[in-house]
Amino acid sequence: MSELPGDLLFTQEHEWLRREDDGTVTVGITDHAQSALGDLVYIELPETGQDVDDGGEMAVVESVKAASDVYAPMSGTVAAINDALADDPELINSDPYGDGWIVRIRPAGSIDESALMSPDAYQQFIDKLDD
Amino acid sequence: MGSKTPLFDQHQQAGARIVDFGGWDMPLHYGSQKAEHHAVRQNAGVFDVSHMTIVDLGGARVREFLQYLVANDVAKLRNYGKALYTAMLNTDGGVIDDLIIYLIADDEYRLIVNAATRVKDLAWIREQAGPYEVTVRERAELAMLAVQGPNARGLAAPCIDAAYRDAALALKPFNGLQAGDVFIARTGYTGEDGWEICVPAADAPAIWDRLLAAGVEPCGLGARDTLRLEAAMNLYGTDMDETVSPLEAGLGWTIAWDPADRDFIGRAATQALHDSVDRKRFVGLLLEDPGVLRNHQKVVVEGVGEGEVTSGGFSPTIGKSIALARVPAGDYDRAQVEVRGKMLNVRIVKTPFVRNGQIRIDI
Repeated sequence: MSELPGDLLFTQEHEWLRREDDGTVTVGITDHAQSALGDLVYIELPETGQDVDDGGEMAVVESVKAASDVYAPMSGTVAAINDALADDPELINSDPYGDGWIVRIRPAGSIDESALMSPDAYQQFIDKLDD
Repeated sequence: MGSKTPLFDQHQQAGARIVDFGGWDMPLHYGSQKAEHHAVRQNAGVFDVSHMTIVDLGGARVREFLQYLVANDVAKLRNYGKALYTAMLNTDGGVIDDLIIYLIADDEYRLIVNAATRVKDLAWIREQAGPYEVTVRERAELAMLAVQGPNARGLAAPCIDAAYRDAALALKPFNGLQAGDVFIARTGYTGEDGWEICVPAADAPAIWDRLLAAGVEPCGLGARDTLRLEAAMNLYGTDMDETVSPLEAGLGWTIAWDPADRDFIGRAATQALHDSVDRKRFVGLLLEDPGVLRNHQKVVVEGVGEGEVTSGGFSPTIGKSIALARVPAGDYDRAQVEVRGKMLNVRIVKTPFVRNGQIRIDI
């Protein structure tokens, strides 16, 4: 397992978040999640401008093995989607914290960080899952 | 912890992700299921299939017994080593298991049945065998490797004993040979050329290591499933089970109706369904919309009725989603499948989807 990028926050559903300078939040799935899913073959993305609800289904990632929901970690509006995933869903496998990002959300309000994990806390969380 | 095959250490060394499969700890993949899939279509891959159950039947009346036990007719096996694919039915005509039968000698046959059905298969076979005085011997001490792909035999040949190498290379498709404790057959579950090799457990790791050193890719159950789906080969427990007739699982070709007086188990029920106009179709589906078909999704044929995806997934060779499905009787070539609440368009296609590296459907 590679080191988790220090500027990210994590959810229990294995999404990561990065606060961008323009006030939006980039969301993807973690390296742990992509590894468990296996080769990704299809990503269903929301539309730009669409509203998402905290904890609501926002995207679907499908691997050779299974389909898995991606949940919105906060309420807000979809500011951007990663169009490159349409042709190359495996970007999530090869670069989950970089080119494999999924959506960018403009949060409707402030973000409740108490529900999110730091890189260290997430590392402990997945170590426990593997036991 | 489940049962381990003699190759378990090899899997761990190769970085396998291990999953439970019918009580066995088996490799799902060794990094990339898609890469393993392509290796088999384009070059060569090796699968550990030691979890499968090998059963040797012997006795003076063993042929007569098998003509009663299974729906296909072992009388078709005219030379030693020849293989027959068949279903073993219950009295209602449902599939207890699908299996391969090899003729070893006039009084000996080898059966290869599924891992997950091992206990019930052995019980059923032993129960039926009683009156025929047939010996039923499970060969749990044998390991089994499947080497598959256009280059599989060529790369694997130097990895097997020179004593039977040329004979193995001379095997025609669906034929095998016995050489002491080793059995090699030109069979598989991928739609590609290759061998399935049964060897004593202690010899399996060395052969595995030689195959990998020769450039054969280790492949897991994940790739095995997408390969067999593209080849439209049924998976027991998914495409058919004890409630499903072979006639509604695309296995009508494995039923030997002649001679008419051969009384195999399940014949009456199978004949009745055969005569019915209401028989379900078992078809291949190609998804025309974006998405992925999955097992158990509902198929809707407008104005006709509903069916079910029995095996669905993504085809790495085609780059689209494909499926096998059981659908209502009728003459139609389009349908819709309910995928996560949406109705997606599918086209009914003639299977196999892929065979010998070539896409066989219009995409």
